[in-house]
Amino acid sequence: MMKSKTDEEDYWNSSKFKAFTFDDEDDEFSRLKESKQAVNSIRRLVEEDDDEDDVEKVSWSGEPVGSISWSVRETAASNQRTDRDPAFPRIPADTLVSKSQSGYSLSSLFKGATGRTKGGSFTDSLSESSVRLYAPELRKPKSEYKDYVSDWSPEETVQRMQQGKVVSLEKFRSLQDKLLLLDFAVSAHDGNVITAVLIYLKRTLSKEVLFRELESRQTALRHFIHYLTESREQKLLLELLRVLGRTEDMALLQYKEHLSIADENKRRDFLKSCLSLPFSAEDAAHVQDHYTLLERQIIIEATDRQAERGGKVEIFQKFPRRASILNMPLITTLYYCCFYHYTESEGTYSSPLNIRQTFRISEKQYFVTALAARAKLKEWSDVDALFTSRNWLGFTRKKSPLSFQRVVDILQKNSAPTQVLQEYVGLVDDADLRISLAQKHKCHDIIINTYRDMKDRQLLAGYRGKVERGSPEERKIDQLLNNTVRRGGAPHGQHHVT
Amino acid sequence: MAAHLSYGRVNLNILREAARKELREFLDKCAGSKAIVWDEYLTGPFGLIAQYSLLKEHEVEKMFTLKSGRLPSADVKNIIFFVRPRLELMDIIAENVFSEDKLHSSRDFHILFVPRRSMLCEQRLKEQGVLNSFINIDEYILDLIPYDGDLLSMEYESAFRECYLENDQTSLYHTAKGLMTLQALYGTIPQIYGKGDCARHVANMMLRMKREFAGSQNQILPVFDTLLLLDRNVDLLTPLATQLTYEGLIDEIYGINNGYVKLPPEKFAQKKQGEASKDLPTEPKKLQLNSAEELYAEIRDKNFNAVGAALSKKAKIISAAFEERHNAKTVGEIKQFVSQLPHMQAARSSLANHTSVAELIKDITTSEAFFDNLTVEQEFMTGVDTDKVNTYIEDCIAQKDPLIKILRLVCMQSVCNNGLKQKVLDYYKREILQTYGYEHILTLNNLEKASLLKPQTSSRNNYPTIRKTLKLWMEDANEQNPNDISYVYSGYAPLSIRLTQVLARPGWRSIEEVLKMLPGPHFEERQQLPSGLHKKRQQGENRTTLVFFLGGVTYAEIAALRFLSQMEDSGMEYIIATTKLINGTTWIKSLMDRPESQTP
Repeated sequence: MMKSKTDEEDYWNSSKFKAFTFDDEDDEFSRLKESKQAVNSIRRLVEEDDDEDDVEKVSWSGEPVGSISWSVRETAASNQRTDRDPAFPRIPADTLVSKSQSGYSLSSLFKGATGRTKGGSFTDSLSESSVRLYAPELRKPKSEYKDYVSDWSPEETVQRMQQGKVVSLEKFRSLQDKLLLLDFAVSAHDGNVITAVLIYLKRTLSKEVLFRELESRQTALRHFIHYLTESREQKLLLELLRVLGRTEDMALLQYKEHLSIADENKRRDFLKSCLSLPFSAEDAAHVQDHYTLLERQIIIEATDRQAERGGKVEIFQKFPRRASILNMPLITTLYYCCFYHYTESEGTYSSPLNIRQTFRISEKQYFVTALAARAKLKEWSDVDALFTSRNWLGFTRKKSPLSFQRVVDILQKNSAPTQVLQEYVGLVDDADLRISLAQKHKCHDIIINTYRDMKDRQLLAGYRGKVERGSPEERKIDQLLNNTVRRGGAPHGQHHVT
Repeated sequence: MAAHLSYGRVNLNILREAARKELREFLDKCAGSKAIVWDEYLTGPFGLIAQYSLLKEHEVEKMFTLKSGRLPSADVKNIIFFVRPRLELMDIIAENVFSEDKLHSSRDFHILFVPRRSMLCEQRLKEQGVLNSFINIDEYILDLIPYDGDLLSMEYESAFRECYLENDQTSLYHTAKGLMTLQALYGTIPQIYGKGDCARHVANMMLRMKREFAGSQNQILPVFDTLLLLDRNVDLLTPLATQLTYEGLIDEIYGINNGYVKLPPEKFAQKKQGEASKDLPTEPKKLQLNSAEELYAEIRDKNFNAVGAALSKKAKIISAAFEERHNAKTVGEIKQFVSQLPHMQAARSSLANHTSVAELIKDITTSEAFFDNLTVEQEFMTGVDTDKVNTYIEDCIAQKDPLIKILRLVCMQSVCNNGLKQKVLDYYKREILQTYGYEHILTLNNLEKASLLKPQTSSRNNYPTIRKTLKLWMEDANEQNPNDISYVYSGYAPLSIRLTQVLARPGWRSIEEVLKMLPGPHFEERQQLPSGLHKKRQQGENRTTLVFFLGGVTYAEIAALRFLSQMEDSGMEYIIATTKLINGTTWIKSLMDRPESQTP
């Protein structure tokens, strides 16, 4: 066991490009390795011996290829070269498929191939040439492909394709033959073969005929859509979806394209062109909002960048913008505007109130966002106004669309001072929750008042130990304890008149 | 490393051996010294098949990762690319070959496609003008990879998305092929049950493939009695719930990849005597997780709340074992003690590791956020207030919690309510788009297509009926000494596993009504065995069922099946296979259309 380990280490250490680190420098790693070896060796005493295990003690457990240190070394050693030599000789590759016949022991029985590919961009020329893999080029001497001039039926052709043998599709000329070929490919369930046939059909049939025939062949259709997606043949794909009446899919697919447009103006124009697409009613509204938002962001960004550079607007000097607002989500944009443009009149694009109205932002969302932005700026009067201004019945109570517990949470996250926190902790309705929040944020007054209202001398006396000696809080507790707790004590924080 | 594969009821090492044999055969086809250029993604799955000493035996001298530019120099005769059939990788290979050729004209190039070769890729190579540079183009069919003694995975990440979103059944073709391979090694499986459209499709393909090979009768005595094919979309709820087993939580929080997990190193810092313990390791701690580790095999499937007790019990046993040294008086006794030391040391270090992991997890499971999230999940699963906007979800959106967390919860509410009221759905969607960006229209549409999110169409909500009939919620779930599978989610019994359990006893006929409420057909097929291969079952001998999850399975579901295997009176042993090991997060992620996925 140890021998093979040493072997492996030698092997890797001798390699200039050390891909798998078996010898971890880290001591704890090697200890773990040791212990695992130990565990295994004991197990072998108890159970059956297994040669195979010997070499596997120190398993493929090191950092797989691509560990950082390794990559660095590798990069250092290799020149990044991307230029290609156009004069590289191109030799026809028709011999390839026949060469691939492998002598697999087990799975040769079930051998098949797949059309699964991902990503990458595809040029249109692929569709032209890909069939040639199966179809020999005609200009070649006949002797070179005598093997495949044999007259295979569609079914035999599909079978040969499944086995990776060379076949010719070119001889299937009539529509009927082509469709037969497709149907056999489909019933073989082999994606790679289906795709190969589809590529041939795409090249040799008109769009109209192909689309029509695919409509009644759902499996083939799905493979075709997949193929077009992978090969990024957006135009043809959109056309196909339109013919099939899958208009919503088509609209979404088109809309998705905006993600690959980096320039904001081009992206905005593209989104604008999406507005007329046949989305579902609700998606249409969202896409409209998306467009409107980006349009605004472009205007706000331009204005603010200028203001910031001009150096005359105080807020941009005090809190320089950390990033551009372009392509940020709506709520982030609202936060930004609450931060930099809070007091603007409703008529401007950057006014928070205007944004709220245009995008139908829920009361709660607006409230949370404005609260966080103003608290961040420590504009406590703005924070205060948020709660009172909407109270049109009178100024006796503070109201909030979200629980005061959440309000306290948000304020605390923006490091509000205790006096501010206290005011909102006091507004929490539930006494237990109020006390626990007050304790967390050290709002002594609230705790004392709550205990007083609960007429609980014991808790009050207990809390005396938690406040500073000689502090006003201590004096207040003493005063309360000395007085007999009166019936119907003063109203607590919650009912404070503001 | 592979010994643990053969401990189970079915010796999965046979499958691994077959895969290794093919690998050797391929390597020997390229005579002479070799360097392998890896598609990095493949190193994980390959690590489960072969350690590199095997490669070395077959003259592999160097290994590199595939990247653009020029190949590193290596004095070898053959350069072999091990790659998935992906177009972008073909471009890199072409680049490699171009820059290579001018310098060393004598090196031979080969490609091994895993798991299948692809026409499109070969065509791409041809376009790039490099196809003829390859001596060998081959495929390495790695459909089912043995992960543990009772677990096989195809690690086909996009299977669910392809099947249920794009209606592309290529992964099912691979599944059927994989099952044929399995039958070639372990005998024809006489009984096939299934539920769901994909299950039906796979069964059809299997039966068809069997007919095509009718000439060659499989003469192996069947190891599996039954195959159960389950569509993931029959049970969309389970993966959305937070797994509460030890292994499930490790996966939820840190993510297990190919049997490894990377953990924050802080808790693993060794305090050594005479050493400054100031500098903590900064590299993540990497742990291998499988049943080869005795302690892990013992605790992986426990509810996390029972892990602490198990660890401390183990600690006592180990300390006691170490104390034994005081009793060793004679030379013989001392010798015996010493011979046990390595095992004891190993057990101790394993214990130290898992104690650290458990600590890391406990920090999270005891947090308020975790508790709140779990509370809401359990409310949904028990059917509380599933028909209105949930305040917790609303708050999470307002706090800009990770989008996937929000999506998991909203989808769960939708699934538990058989769709959301249009007003509720619209509200969630608007909040999500406003907060996370309008481009997520695409993701929301995908979730709707996969039925994870949907408007309520009929007024009838089936979920309560399903929940009651299948006893999906158990009030008195026992986390410490479980007597029911519901312990894996502390109360919720995974629907998929209930279906499996009912199938074994008393049979699906007893739940016809519920089966009809779940999507897709349910069916039963029989495969004829050649005479003489009919198993003569011993009295009391357990039957073996292979449960195949099409579209993914979670560790908690696996734990539940292992629990059923271990139940004394169950009479059934389960082997688990899947297209991919998933959790709610990786699953939802696979359904998202994200901007970053646009740039290759």
